[in-house]
Amino acid sequence: MLLRHTTEKEIDRKGLTVNAAKTCQPVGAMYASLGIHGCLPHSHGSQGCCSYHRSALTRHYKEPVMAATSSFTEGSSVFGGQANLLQAITTIFSVYDPEIIAVHSTCLSETIGDDLHQIVKKASDDGKVPEGKHIIQAATPSYVGSHVTGYSNMLTAIVKYFAVKTDEVKRQVNILSGWVEPADMRELKRIAKVMGIKTVLAPDTSDVLDTPLTGKFELYPKGGTTIPELVSMGDSMKTVAIGEWATKDAAVALDNQCKVPFELCNLPIGLRATDRFISALAKAGAVSVPAEIERERGRLMDLITDMHQYFYGKRVALYGDPDQLFPLCEFLLDIDMVPAYVISGTPGKSFSKRMEAIFGDKIDQVKFKNGAQADTFQLHQWIKQEGVDLLIGNTYGKYIARDEKIPFVRFGFPTMDRIGHQYFSTIGYMGAIRILEKILDSIMQYQDETSTEEKFELVM
Amino acid sequence: MVKKKDYTAGLPDPSEIISEITKQYPGKIAKKRKKAMVSNVPEEDQEIQANVRTVPGIITQRGCTYAGCRGVVLGPTRDILQIVHGPIGCSFYAWLTRRNQTKPETETSENFIPYAFSTDMQDENIVFGGEKKLKQAIREAFELFSPKAIAVFSTCPVGLIGDDVHAVSREMKEELGINVFGFSCEGYRGVSQSAGHHIANNQIFKHVLGNTDRERTGKFQINLLGEYNIGGDAFELERLFEEAGIELLSTFSGNSSYDSFEYAHTADLNIVMCHRSINYIAEMMELKYGIPWIKGNFIGAGSTTKTLKKIAEFFDDAELTKKVAEICAREEAKVEAVKASIKPKVEGKTAMMFVGGSRAHHYQDLFEELGIKVLSAGYEFAHRDDYEGRHVIPNIKIDADTRNIEELSVSKTENEALWRQDLVEKKAELEKKGYEFSSYEGMMPQMEKNALVIDDISHWETEKLIEFYKPDLFCAGIKEKYVVQKGGVPLKQLHSYDYGGPYAGFEGAINFYKEMERMLATNVWKLVDAPWKSEPEIVGSMTINA
Repeated sequence: MLLRHTTEKEIDRKGLTVNAAKTCQPVGAMYASLGIHGCLPHSHGSQGCCSYHRSALTRHYKEPVMAATSSFTEGSSVFGGQANLLQAITTIFSVYDPEIIAVHSTCLSETIGDDLHQIVKKASDDGKVPEGKHIIQAATPSYVGSHVTGYSNMLTAIVKYFAVKTDEVKRQVNILSGWVEPADMRELKRIAKVMGIKTVLAPDTSDVLDTPLTGKFELYPKGGTTIPELVSMGDSMKTVAIGEWATKDAAVALDNQCKVPFELCNLPIGLRATDRFISALAKAGAVSVPAEIERERGRLMDLITDMHQYFYGKRVALYGDPDQLFPLCEFLLDIDMVPAYVISGTPGKSFSKRMEAIFGDKIDQVKFKNGAQADTFQLHQWIKQEGVDLLIGNTYGKYIARDEKIPFVRFGFPTMDRIGHQYFSTIGYMGAIRILEKILDSIMQYQDETSTEEKFELVM
Repeated sequence: MVKKKDYTAGLPDPSEIISEITKQYPGKIAKKRKKAMVSNVPEEDQEIQANVRTVPGIITQRGCTYAGCRGVVLGPTRDILQIVHGPIGCSFYAWLTRRNQTKPETETSENFIPYAFSTDMQDENIVFGGEKKLKQAIREAFELFSPKAIAVFSTCPVGLIGDDVHAVSREMKEELGINVFGFSCEGYRGVSQSAGHHIANNQIFKHVLGNTDRERTGKFQINLLGEYNIGGDAFELERLFEEAGIELLSTFSGNSSYDSFEYAHTADLNIVMCHRSINYIAEMMELKYGIPWIKGNFIGAGSTTKTLKKIAEFFDDAELTKKVAEICAREEAKVEAVKASIKPKVEGKTAMMFVGGSRAHHYQDLFEELGIKVLSAGYEFAHRDDYEGRHVIPNIKIDADTRNIEELSVSKTENEALWRQDLVEKKAELEKKGYEFSSYEGMMPQMEKNALVIDDISHWETEKLIEFYKPDLFCAGIKEKYVVQKGGVPLKQLHSYDYGGPYAGFEGAINFYKEMERMLATNVWKLVDAPWKSEPEIVGSMTINA
């Protein structure tokens, strides 16, 4: 057994986290920054932070992930990192010439109390920021929240820095997206286009983290939300923010700053979350839902009813980020699967309330936990106590899946051992079809591998 | 498709490319970076700047001290329960990502490698201190997993808020009755991973090595230092030692066990693979126990034979010498057969390597065996001695960053039974015959004239060098992999082996040759351009109404 030391015996842990279901803020900030065109993320901390975050994102996307670091040493930790950041700004603008440097802090620079505002202002006062270039900054202490918090903080910083309200109201809708894949960003834009709504999507990692092989490396790929687009968000009619934990702060900031009202939705994962997203988007853009979208919904409903027998009553264990877990749980409930265990390392008191709202009178069927010590070790212990039919989560779940012989669907960050997540969206109705395809593949493969010879099925 | 250059008449003088690269840098940076670039003259002593601070913002390959300690040196150990004291990220990123394979003795033997333990420090721990939570975490780990040893790793905030991991470890050692020890390996401690290697060496030497004296079980007892069993390299070497009748006591630290660290001082000889990360333990073991060390290399079939024969020469035993010769001849024949079919397909190709603190040197042997020319190479976190040879060590300027890392003062053991006077004498005798101990010549003497050697290469330099040299292959790590490949040049990861391997020993050489055949003799890169790109453009338009 790979996880041979995990037993069903639980103790009330207060200090130890084992096999976390989250990581730290800065990697989220880095990912959000990559969704801005011409932007170079910068990590204000030790070299290792930047190196680890670039590696983690690279292993997941199999794409170049460019970012710089302040390369703290013992001296900078004692005397403050100002000199390092100023040096970095000079180096970056002269060597790499980005439109924007997006600086995020780390546990190191936060602990010593570096004031990014002040340092960036000094860089600007000292003439270190070339004309027309920008530095945005976000505080992302690793000891608060999770990678989702870092994403949210950077997205908020981006919106606050750029969005401007003028007298002109633009006939466009902002979409603030939570942490989803480049393929999902592409799908969001497709859906908006089909609905005939002009949108500004931020961030937008499509054509940044799924670039074509051309024989020429582009430090700043074609994709990403552009500066004019970001500026124009202040004049949009409305904002639809998808994924509360990653986008609510940015939506509120945009409303406060530019009086753009917002509607907060789940990430459009599964049937009803997509229904709500489509309705919100239609309302925001003042359009009616086109037949093409309804036909996509119909295809999803057709698949659900065709294959219902394979879903019904199956117990599922899930772990990941709140924005993904809520709509996913709702979707699984809708198709009569049984989400039995749900874990998220991301802290937040509203998690329980949201779970109660989603599960309603089925809340007693599910064990869930988020925040401190809500880790995949805990999840595995629950599975040891009573098994499940399916496991859904990031790559690290493969160790549990193999030991416990459970069908496993990879979903979430990081997915380092399978491809597809970059290319095939799991949001919207078409994305829901993709999720069901993956669930069915996995369950049916298991049935094929484990059934007795006389029960082996040709048609399923 | 990139047009390749012809290097059959030798390598071009790289001074032009050096100035082209550095002219983009602000003055001071240009001056600093030039010192890290050397046009190689193999027979001359040339100084290269290494192990100095990275320029902030330059986009470096380097990681941090914690990575060198927790990831590189301790990462491969399976039965020391390793708790990372800090916010969650540092533990998360070191979780299984380095591909250290391990084979526990039995199905129930301890193996914590698939686990990542963290104190997951929160803001209140930063404000009020994290020692209490750390103690709690250690107790919980003990209760749940009952390990024989627990190691604690400090991340950046820990040193800054003044948590004393060593005091906590001592207290817990007392309370739990198992070995508990800490590492002050905060990310900012040094200029790269290298500082973390040194810290790891020190603490293992202080807290583990020499704890138990084991009766001799083999005639020829060695330790293998600086072999981390990435992709199963250590398994291949274990196979060879076992067949030869050489007792491998302990590997630092691939496929190792805690117990084997404890009795490693009962060996007769230490073989140092990765000089950069582990030479400290080799030196300290010699000072304390009189055990000599030699530099070995098992990357490349020729190097493997050479190292095995050198070990046999040390023991000077007729039977061992015969057995080693037999193994080498048999394995070399297998290697030759594969080489004969692959070499014609890859000979004359060119490679560049920017990786590690040893690998950029060791892999040159494999490339030489295939007739692949190394145009340019450098390390990510090495010191001058890894480039120029150990003879420069007395001349290396000790800067403030180096002084931050504790240098253990080690003296001869007081336990006379453990002091190996026999080995001291053996060493002196062999040295008279020209046998080299404690010696490493570094990378530069092996490289061609005009080969460009660069330390701590930046992204900008990487791009410019590829443009200049147009190599057939680039070797680096995961962060560089897709950057280089987008430019149409295949990249071989020499940290993770692209999830392949082993590449050490004879089986490893065969695997590597096959991998080179896959990467260099393929046509996939020739399909990058769409056919219409090379056809005349179609003028005019036609509208098709659906």
